[in-house]
Order: sequence, then C-alpha cells, then structure tokens
Amino acid sequence: MSYLDFVIEYLPKLAGGAYITALQLVCASALAIVVSLVFGLMRLSRLGVTRGIATVYIEFFRGTSLLVQLYWIYYVLPLMGIKLGAFESGFIAIGLNFGAYGAEIVRGSIEAVPKGQWEAAVALNMSPGQRMRRIIIPQTFPILLPPASNLMVELLKATALVALITVVDLMFVAKQINATTWLSAQTFGTALIVYYAMARFVLTPFLRWLEVLAARKVGKA
Amino acid sequence: MSTQNHPLELPEGSPLVRFSGVTKRYGDLTVLDNLDLDVGAHEMVSVIGPSGSGKTTVLRMLMTLEKIDEGVIYVDGKPLSHMERNGQLEFANEKYLRTQRTNIGMVFQQFNLFPHMTALENCIEAPINVLGMKRDEAEERALNLLDMVGMLEKKDQHPTRLSGGQQQRVAIARALAMRPKVMLLDEVTSALDPEVIGEVLNVIRALNSEHKLTMLMVTHQMGFAREISDRVCFFYEGKIAEQGTPDQIFNDPQNERTKQFLSAVLDAN
Amino acid sequence: MEWRWDFTIEILPRMLSAMLNTLLAAGIGYTIALVVGLIFLLGQRTKFRLCNWIVRECVEFIRSTPLIVQLFFVYFVAPQFGLVLSAWVSAMLTIGLHYGTYLSEVYRGGLEAIPRGQWEACRALNLSPARTYFRVLIPQALPASLPGMGNYLVGIFKDTPMLSTIGVVELMHTANALGAETYRYLEPYTMVGFMFLIISLPTAAWLRKFERYVGRSMGITK
Repeated sequence: MSYLDFVIEYLPKLAGGAYITALQLVCASALAIVVSLVFGLMRLSRLGVTRGIATVYIEFFRGTSLLVQLYWIYYVLPLMGIKLGAFESGFIAIGLNFGAYGAEIVRGSIEAVPKGQWEAAVALNMSPGQRMRRIIIPQTFPILLPPASNLMVELLKATALVALITVVDLMFVAKQINATTWLSAQTFGTALIVYYAMARFVLTPFLRWLEVLAARKVGKA
Repeated sequence: MSTQNHPLELPEGSPLVRFSGVTKRYGDLTVLDNLDLDVGAHEMVSVIGPSGSGKTTVLRMLMTLEKIDEGVIYVDGKPLSHMERNGQLEFANEKYLRTQRTNIGMVFQQFNLFPHMTALENCIEAPINVLGMKRDEAEERALNLLDMVGMLEKKDQHPTRLSGGQQQRVAIARALAMRPKVMLLDEVTSALDPEVIGEVLNVIRALNSEHKLTMLMVTHQMGFAREISDRVCFFYEGKIAEQGTPDQIFNDPQNERTKQFLSAVLDAN
Repeated sequence: MEWRWDFTIEILPRMLSAMLNTLLAAGIGYTIALVVGLIFLLGQRTKFRLCNWIVRECVEFIRSTPLIVQLFFVYFVAPQFGLVLSAWVSAMLTIGLHYGTYLSEVYRGGLEAIPRGQWEACRALNLSPARTYFRVLIPQALPASLPGMGNYLVGIFKDTPMLSTIGVVELMHTANALGAETYRYLEPYTMVGFMFLIISLPTAAWLRKFERYVGRSMGITK
C-alpha cells in the first residue's frame, strides 16, 4: 500500500479524530481561561485566605501530573458517585490543569504593569475596580499574550492524552488504525503532521493575530 | 567600493588615527558622510554635537564594533578597517581585526563590566588571555591601575556591588590594562548620577595630564571638553561641521549650527 | 467507596519501588535532553544557512507535536525498519528529543538575555571567540537559563506517567497493574498523585533556592 493509498483510505477517519481534538481544545481552553482569571486575581487579593486558597489550587494542579488527574477524574470520581463522560472528563482535567499555569501568567502580567500606572490611577481618584478594568487589565494583554500563546500550544498537545481515557480524538484514531494495519510509520507520522499543521498553521497564526491586536490597543504596534 | 584612492600604508609621520572618506549608512540613513578626521599621538580630541549626529558611530567604527561602508580607517599608519590582498585593500577579516584591535581601548556609556567577575578579574581577563601575560604580572599591573583610578580597596567586589561611578572607573582601568595606543571614551558620564561624575572626570584628567594618552572622547560635558581638549570637533548630520581649539569653538564659533547648538546647551545649564 | 488504609499500606512498598523507576526515567531523560538541547542550539548557529534552517524546522516540528504521539511513533515505527527498541530506550530517546527542543530554546534565551554591551566589551578587549563564549557569555547565560532548565526537569518528571502507555514499569504502570489485580483504583491513583506532589513541590522550591545561590555566588545578583 503506497502512502497515497493510505492517506486516501484513512484520512477521513483521522480528520474525524482531529475534529474531536479541536473540540477538546476549544472546551479545555475556555475552562482554562476562566480558571486562570479567577485564581490569578485571587492570588493578588489582599485577603490572606483568598490568596491561600488560590495558592493551594495552583500548587496542587501544577504539582501532580496531568495524566494522573485525568485518570483520577475519569476512573476514581465515579467511585464517589460523580460520573462524567470521557469527553467531559478530558476537557475538565485539561482545563483545570492548564488554568493553574494560566493563573500564574495572569498574576505575573498584572504585577508587570509598572507601579506608576497604579499610582497615576489613584492620583486621578479612580475606584479600585476602575483602576483594574480601565488602566491595568488593558495593559496586561500585550504582556500576557505571548506566554499564554505558548501555553495554548501546550494545551493542544496535551489533548492527545484524552485518548487514554477512550475519547475518540486524533491520537485514539491513530492507535486504532495502527492496531489493525500495523502501518505505524504512516499512521503516527500522519497524526504528527496533522497535529503540527493544527499548531503551526491554525492555532499559532490566530494567537499572533490576537497579540498584534492587543499591542495595537495599547499603542505599541 | 572604491579604495583605489587609498594607500596601502600611510607614510612615516602620519597621524596615529586617520579616517579617510569614511561613510556609514543604516539602510537609507547616512550616519557618517565622507568623514575625514585625524587624531595625532598624545592628542585629546573631543567630539560634540546633537544626538544622531554620528558622534558615537565614529568611536564604534574605530573600535571595529561596526563595519564601514566606504573609505578606510588607518591606525598607526596601517589600515584598520581593511587589509591588503594582492596589492589591493579589501575589508579586513576577523583574524586581521584581532591583530589591529590591540591598538585601541574603549570605555562604554553603560560600563559593560562582566558581572560575574570581580573588579580585579575584569582587569586581568584580557591581559592574560589576549596579551598572553603571566597572571602575577597582569595582577600587579591591574592593581596599579585600580589604585590609579582609586578602586584598589574594591578590587574583590563584583560590579553589582559598586556604584555607577565606581564601575566606570573600573572600566577605565580594564581598558588601560590592554595598553591601547588610543583610548575611546563614549559618553562615559551619561549614565552616571551627577554627584559621581566628578570622580570619573578626575581620572580622565589624570590620564590626560600625567600619561598624555591619545584619547577620542564623545561627551555632553561641555565644560569638561573645553577644559581638557586639545581640539574639539562639532558633528552635525554625519559631518564635522566645525573643528578647532576649545577656545575657537566655544568662544568664537564660525558655523551657524555650532552657535545654535552651543547656545541651546549652555542655556540649558 | 471507602478509603482502605490497610490496602494502602499493603501496596506502598510496590509503589515506592516503582517510584524509583520513575525518578530514574526522569533523570536519564533529562540528562539526554540537556545534551540534545545543546546540539539543537549549536545546530542553529552554524555557518551553513541550510543546516540552521533544517535544525530550526525540526525543533519547531518536535515542539509543536504531542509527546505521547512521538512516543508511539518511536516505539512502533522502529520495528518496521527492523530495529527493535525496548520500551525504555524508546522512552528515553523520545523524552530526550522532545525536551531537547525546549532546552535549546532555554539556552538561546539565556544567551539573548545578555546585554549587547557584553559582546562589545569582549571585542573591545580583543578576546577570542572561544574565550568570549566560555568565560563571559556562557557563565552569564547559565544563571539566566537555570529557571527554565529547572522547570523542564520538573516537567519531564510529571510527563513520565505517559511512559506507562508503552509498557515502561514506572509508578503509573504499577498503579494500573494494581488496579487491574485488585479492582481497587481509588488508592493507587490517589497515591500516585500524592507522590508526585510530595516530590515536585520541594524540588521546585529547592530549584528556586539553587538559582538564587548560583546567581549570588557568581556575583550577578546581590
């Protein structure tokens, strides 16, 4: 079987898997963004308890392995009566895990806004909410987006792990094809190329576009 | 590239440094425009002028930090920017540059001390590894130089522990340790707090009066340039608009640009 | 389902010895990655544009694709070409290559963080290129690279559970096996998570300390 025949025969199946991978990416990123904002802001709270909760969350999810969290949510939670489907378990584990990394990016970018900006906002008698929303947050985007973009590419790669809890994504389909054909080079090679194309030619250009947009908003482009 | 008009070597008795028709461009922008400039042995030349006039570029090219586009720079009678091949001048390669660079030392605006080495280590690094000096000898000379710039007791400190003025004095000692024939001083006080500028200027004064070192200095300190220089060059848009003794330039400038610049600078003070 | 302490204690010795394999895998993988990273870095800084471009694209490809897929690729593809790699060898090779790309970026970032003035001072003092790199640039790039290097050490450690999928007998593999033998998953999986936590947290803290120590002892930070 030539590689061309292989592609013609199996590309539709792989494309189906890639679609599920993309869905995982979208759901997990959405959750991760919410988690990042909540815990990132909590880390900057004046209340020690709030900061403490955020710190524990972040250290816990960063300190244990994503695959362990995935297995735990999918295999152990049902034993406690919380039953989630494979797809939900997948994006929830990834979202919670990457949210912990994202929270640190959110915190760092807010702290990176020069102190003078806070002071100027205070001098203009803005309320704490106004200071955050009108002055600080808009300035964080250009700082936050480059590391957040890297994290997003990592997130896309991490979705391949959901195949291990039976989500029929690109990796899962590749494993299936490999098990029936044993054309491993073609199968996994094609899967790698599809992942690469998604990261390099879809996700990255989109994120670069966002970065340019954000830079323009604060007059840096 | 025309180097035909440029001799392979300058005749005996020529000035120590000669810029001959030197042009430097960054893209469309001409930073130096067909510059001719001589610096004689033991001469102290100050370069003044508005920012963007090409002052610092002169030093950076003489230090071979940047390539020139046209013309030739000579040091000690030999071409610096170029080398001879088959009776023709062509751009110098790195090997040739390394032989010629030993003639020149430079002190930077931002000091550029090596942060992971102590003051003393900064001063012996190149003498040992470039000049091939013995460690004892290099240390002895470095200690003398650090003493001269008043930094002997801080010899074992890392740069992060030193004030700007102290770092700059170490940087001067480091450059001197290479025994350059020409010293380049690039706005050496611009990054310093006002109260420590004096200590650095005093060191330069001593170099000038006691050691009669050949120096080319870019500066914004007009009073200092006036006091210490043998000659002052006023740069404007990549050219020397006017040059002469400090007395001529500061008391009786002929060029309109010079007058404008000096009155603007002196007003500000 | 109730947590059973007797079962926990019963399986603890097996879990601990599996942990040794996990640490071993992380250590070997990291060592290979450190070297591979250097090769990738130098491969992009040669005089030959074509070589730089090829290495650059390879790094980009490896960085943009999932480790788990690469793991399967290496493990299953080698036999197709008559080369049988054991699970361990495939795993170490894949981790070394994958994380080597990250480390090459860390090294590059460290070099680029050095102010231009340092290069210029080296030229002004006429230091040779070798001297410039080994005595001035690398000693300064190292402290700047340490945080990234430390992160990827912990990163490799946390990625080792993936190795269970091709049959490397590490912690996750052992937890799976225990689950299959006893039909109890609560304790093994929870213990795996806990064991990762108690190793990665102190390691991360220790690495921060080590970075500060190196910075201070080189005189770069106060």
